[in-house]
Amino acid sequence: MTEILNITLLSLQVSAIATVISLLIGLPFGTWLALGNFRGRSFILSIINTGMALPPVVVGLVVAIMLWRSGPLGNLHLIYTPVAIIIAQTVIAAPVVTGLTAAALEALDPRLQQQLLGLGASRVQMIWYLWREARLPLLAALMAGFGSVISEVGASMMVGGNIRGQTRVLTTAIVLETSKGEFGQALALSTLLLVLTYLINLALTSIQQRGHRK
Amino acid sequence: MKGIDYKNTESTERKSIISIREVIVQRNGQTALQINALDIQPGETLTVVGPNGAGKSTLLLALARLLRPAHGDIIYDGKSLSQWDELEYRRKISFVFQAPLLMDMTVEQNVALGLKFRGTPKDEQHERAAKWMKQLGVDSLAKRRASQLSGGEAQRVSLARAFVLDPELLLLDEPFSALDPPTRAKLIEDLSTLLKEDQRTAVFVTHNLDEAAKLSHRLAVIVGGILRQVGPVRQIKAKPADEAVAAFLQELPHSPMI
Repeated sequence: MTEILNITLLSLQVSAIATVISLLIGLPFGTWLALGNFRGRSFILSIINTGMALPPVVVGLVVAIMLWRSGPLGNLHLIYTPVAIIIAQTVIAAPVVTGLTAAALEALDPRLQQQLLGLGASRVQMIWYLWREARLPLLAALMAGFGSVISEVGASMMVGGNIRGQTRVLTTAIVLETSKGEFGQALALSTLLLVLTYLINLALTSIQQRGHRK
Repeated sequence: MKGIDYKNTESTERKSIISIREVIVQRNGQTALQINALDIQPGETLTVVGPNGAGKSTLLLALARLLRPAHGDIIYDGKSLSQWDELEYRRKISFVFQAPLLMDMTVEQNVALGLKFRGTPKDEQHERAAKWMKQLGVDSLAKRRASQLSGGEAQRVSLARAFVLDPELLLLDEPFSALDPPTRAKLIEDLSTLLKEDQRTAVFVTHNLDEAAKLSHRLAVIVGGILRQVGPVRQIKAKPADEAVAAFLQELPHSPMI
């Protein structure tokens, strides 16, 4: 039982940290892409949108190569650690948060920026109030980012190694139990994963809908 | 600033709060507005008319420093707009757009928004917002969400949001065009009273000559991105500067009073 608890906590911890880092990257970057007016903007957006559909196994492969003992970042000794999983999951979630942030802000009336500036907002105030105005789709971006990593297995397996007591997370444990033919265990873990994902999204949705008093 | 003979314009400049000199504003690489000279006196309401896409909104955006002229100079209170600190200047003005563009918050929060930007103390925000909501007849809606307002109510809130800032310069871009005629007439009446009461400088863009006549004596006509004529409404009607102005005036719905 304690093992399952530990696996669950590690899953939540790793994916939550990856989501928060993705938010710290994706929110400013997505805002810059949405509000900026520069050459190459739509090219970058198309790259980001492609990034939203990055296959986790490909991310796992690339991060594994980077972190491999003989790889460019090998001397950090991160391969097969929870940090490696966080890195891979951040690579997966950051484009999702960035792309959906850009989409959320682009959906606002473009004149809103001018209106806020015309009422004497500083640039920072303007961006803050645009975020506030787009808070529902921005929370959706956060949920999508979290959803993309809590459920991902390929990258976690490849860079984490599914080491018992160290890097085993819910999804990799499910793969393992299934391969052993322990379907009961696998089903129990799957149910746990689904319930957790549901509870977290329920919490975020209720925050989102509280902001949606119409 | 180069190549402009300021000596010739000195007499008008001394009185005016805004002087526009040989300004060209470009949008998407094309010239959207060209003005050789235009002066606005303190306390004056200047009405700007012209066909759709003539460059009226461009003028307001340039006056708000939201667009920079590619050439020429806009002087506000003796100093070129490019010399003003951007935020300091933008906090002297307030801008009302054609659409109310309210934020998803309560009416009161919307009205107090610009004060909040300026770091005005909470109780003062509250007091001033209350005063202007009352002035514009939306005080009973203070706690209502902006999304629940009718078009006329929303536009009143948008006006209150601009007036509460006590701006030196008020920029109004067809603020009533989306409203039904009775609401529109009432709001014009209210606005006219407000503008006369406190002698505020305002630039008002409209399609409608009746509105122009009610709000101000001086009219600026922009056709095809060029400022063609400035003067009293009657004078422009009687003696259009060129064919473009005459053609534009003819297409307008006009009433016998002008």
